[in-house]
Amino acid sequence: MIESEGMVPAHTGSRATRLLGLATLAGIAIVLVLALAVTGPDAVQGDAARLIYLHVPVAVSMNVGFGLCTLGSVMWLWKKSRWWDTVAVSAAEVGLVFTGLTLVTGMVWGRPTWGVYWTWDARLTTFSLLFLLYLGYLVVRHLPADVEVRNRRSAYVALLAFVDVPIVYMSVSWWRGLHQTATLSLSSTISGLMLFTLVLAIAVSLMGFLWLLIHRFRVAWLEDEVETAGLDLAINERRAEAAVMEVSTP
Amino acid sequence: MNAWGYVTVGYVLVFVVLFAYAVHVLVKGRTLSKQVPPENRRWM
Repeated sequence: MIESEGMVPAHTGSRATRLLGLATLAGIAIVLVLALAVTGPDAVQGDAARLIYLHVPVAVSMNVGFGLCTLGSVMWLWKKSRWWDTVAVSAAEVGLVFTGLTLVTGMVWGRPTWGVYWTWDARLTTFSLLFLLYLGYLVVRHLPADVEVRNRRSAYVALLAFVDVPIVYMSVSWWRGLHQTATLSLSSTISGLMLFTLVLAIAVSLMGFLWLLIHRFRVAWLEDEVETAGLDLAINERRAEAAVMEVSTP
Repeated sequence: MNAWGYVTVGYVLVFVVLFAYAVHVLVKGRTLSKQVPPENRRWM
């Protein structure tokens, strides 16, 4: 819905994000009750397995984020669209936050399950590489450069980084290690209330991811507007100086 | 620390980080919005 000039708010919220935010909060409350109180402990891992309702959802959201970053990068390279470039950088940043959370929740889960916070298992190693690759994407993004050069560089880095995503996913099948195989697959044994809670947690995590992505997108758009306005002002000031110098030069 | 201790640490950590990030993004959005004329705030 297009608002009149005077009604455009001085923040990144909208009716849609408010509804999405409220739905996400309600979903979080339901998932917390199910995950911590209603579902029983796992037969093998006991209560430590309740971290699955955290670890898997943030990992799924991370994958969606990096998928969007790649899509945005491809679309920018093809269409040179500012909108898609903004999607790419926003998705990368939010995705990186979720990547960090996946790593940390994995470590917290690993301690009671494996006895260690960290091991150079295939999944953990490729995952930490993924974190570094997308951190690198954001670093490249902030290197001083012309807008088109910046966008092109970061698009190529995003395409390169995404190569690691399927490697991370397949690592538990390709190499033997401590990390368990995919929780949600045709051969997995999770079922009943645990499965329902996990699927709901994934849905809620994706809603939260989307909420953060929309707000981050709008922030990135505003950052570009401020930068453009700053450049325009600097150019106009230089032109004004040049005009004064021309007038004052005999 | 028993299993519930690790579960608590995990859940608290995730929600604190997400909440802090959300606040950071919202505050940044408000600050930037005030610097941009209303006609340029449309992002669609």
